[in-house]
Amino acid sequence: MIKVEHLTKRYAGFTAIEDLNFEVEKGEIVGFLGPNGAGKSTTMRILSSYMPPTSGRASIAGYDLFHQSMEARRHLGYMPESVPLYTEMRVEEYLRYRASIKEITGRRQRERIGDVLALCSLQEVEHRIIGTLSKGYRQRVGLADALLHSPDLLILDEPTAGLDPNQIRQVRELIRNLGRHHTILLSTHILPEVEMTCQRVVIINRGHIEAADTPENLVNQMQAAGGITLEIKPGEEEALAFLKTVPGVREVVTGPKEAGWEAYTLRTDAGADPREELWRLASDRRWPVRELSRRRATLEDVFVELTCGDEI
Amino acid sequence: MFKFLTLLQREIKSYFYAPTAYIVLCFFLILTGFNFHMGVTLLTQGRSEVTVVEAFFNSVPFWIGFIIIFPPITMRLFSEEFKMGTMETLMTAPVRDWQVVLSKFGGALFFYVIVWLPSFLYFVIFERIAGAEAAHAAGAYFGSYLLLLLVGCFFLSIGCFASVLTQNQIVAAVMTFSVISLFFFGGLVTFFSPNLSPMLREMVGYVSTIEHMSEFSKGIIDSRRIVFYGSATLFMLLLTHQAFQYRRWKP
Repeated sequence: MIKVEHLTKRYAGFTAIEDLNFEVEKGEIVGFLGPNGAGKSTTMRILSSYMPPTSGRASIAGYDLFHQSMEARRHLGYMPESVPLYTEMRVEEYLRYRASIKEITGRRQRERIGDVLALCSLQEVEHRIIGTLSKGYRQRVGLADALLHSPDLLILDEPTAGLDPNQIRQVRELIRNLGRHHTILLSTHILPEVEMTCQRVVIINRGHIEAADTPENLVNQMQAAGGITLEIKPGEEEALAFLKTVPGVREVVTGPKEAGWEAYTLRTDAGADPREELWRLASDRRWPVRELSRRRATLEDVFVELTCGDEI
Repeated sequence: MFKFLTLLQREIKSYFYAPTAYIVLCFFLILTGFNFHMGVTLLTQGRSEVTVVEAFFNSVPFWIGFIIIFPPITMRLFSEEFKMGTMETLMTAPVRDWQVVLSKFGGALFFYVIVWLPSFLYFVIFERIAGAEAAHAAGAYFGSYLLLLLVGCFFLSIGCFASVLTQNQIVAAVMTFSVISLFFFGGLVTFFSPNLSPMLREMVGYVSTIEHMSEFSKGIIDSRRIVFYGSATLFMLLLTHQAFQYRRWKP
């Protein structure tokens, strides 16, 4: 559905994205992640034919973005980051206008507007002026607009930015439902959301792709980052030195002490799970154990590991 | 074509969403009304040789109103959409650049015509009530309004170009006003310096809107002026189109 080859965009003096390559298959929901300024919006703007790349090529549904831009746009629904709308128009009026310039007319226009109003739960604000709507509603008007011409591909730039938790849940639900009929590329900063909705993630940092895989695979590769929490009461003994000798433990971080209880966070080698050895050590030394748990790595750990690097 | 009409319709409507349109219209009614009153008063005192139409289209209040009307009409055309980001949604829909440029120009022209329309009624009413003719021939009406339209097209296209260059509406307005003033007051040079060389005088005359109006309001329709304003408008629109593409495509 999307094919990006050697895409590069340079602005005067700096390179926003460099030599980007990735593909999105039909029917996939792909999360596009990266810190602010990584080049997400730039990539999405290029994919939506708003601006051309400096070099490289990209196509949507088989249509080259540069040479067959009109065809490509017909197959694309795009919602920009800040959801710009004509605030002086009414919701229904705006959708009618958008439908007309997207070549949907007559009876089909009425049907489609009815459909997207229902899909995005906008019926109750249909006749309100967009400028008076809350952020959540505006977001949904933007989404309704992107869906009007039932495009094969949806590109959503931070569809949940600025929404409250309930609205985020609704939008997430909506996106998941849309995923049954559409291919979706979405960018967001809310990582649990990506784990819940996306089948694949592309992580981009400083204009380069750092990783592209399913969330599960990425997390599995990152087991090391997970870490083990151990809380014991070692009495007079120096526990730290003992803990370090346990095979599979890479690093021990001392946590807070409270009435004799000492908390430790242990980073482990990739794939290692030394919980059993830790318990055995504690029972041999007769240390009472209050907590011994393993925190699974999350996409957040992957994200931080890949994008923070040396900067922090 | 259908898409162009949809875009044009939105451009026209968008004028009337904002209070600016009504303020401009009101201001204009007052100014032209005053101007017309002045012209008629002058004639009843028998001090003038000219017709009502000539007096109307060649007075100072007319010119003041005429040149300050362009910035408020054109300043928001592109600037606002760039600033609000709506340009992004607009240009990712299957519309062509020239459709957007022409619809914006068309919308501005439509509003400009609306602004001038009531003034024609003055002459109709005058002829009804006074029983006298406001102009010697129908050609004077035709000439005056034709020139109004031609100059309007040219100055509006300058406004379009200024608006496409910046996100800031004030900057667009100031640019428009400066360029229009340059053209307008450039034509006055011949009045201030009478010992100009004939060639220079002719060159200035070629772009002097004031001189053109005094010809056209007498009913003398000069095809050179039509060609000049027509081609200048076309040139400015082409420039606008180029700048519009460049703004999105700049490296």
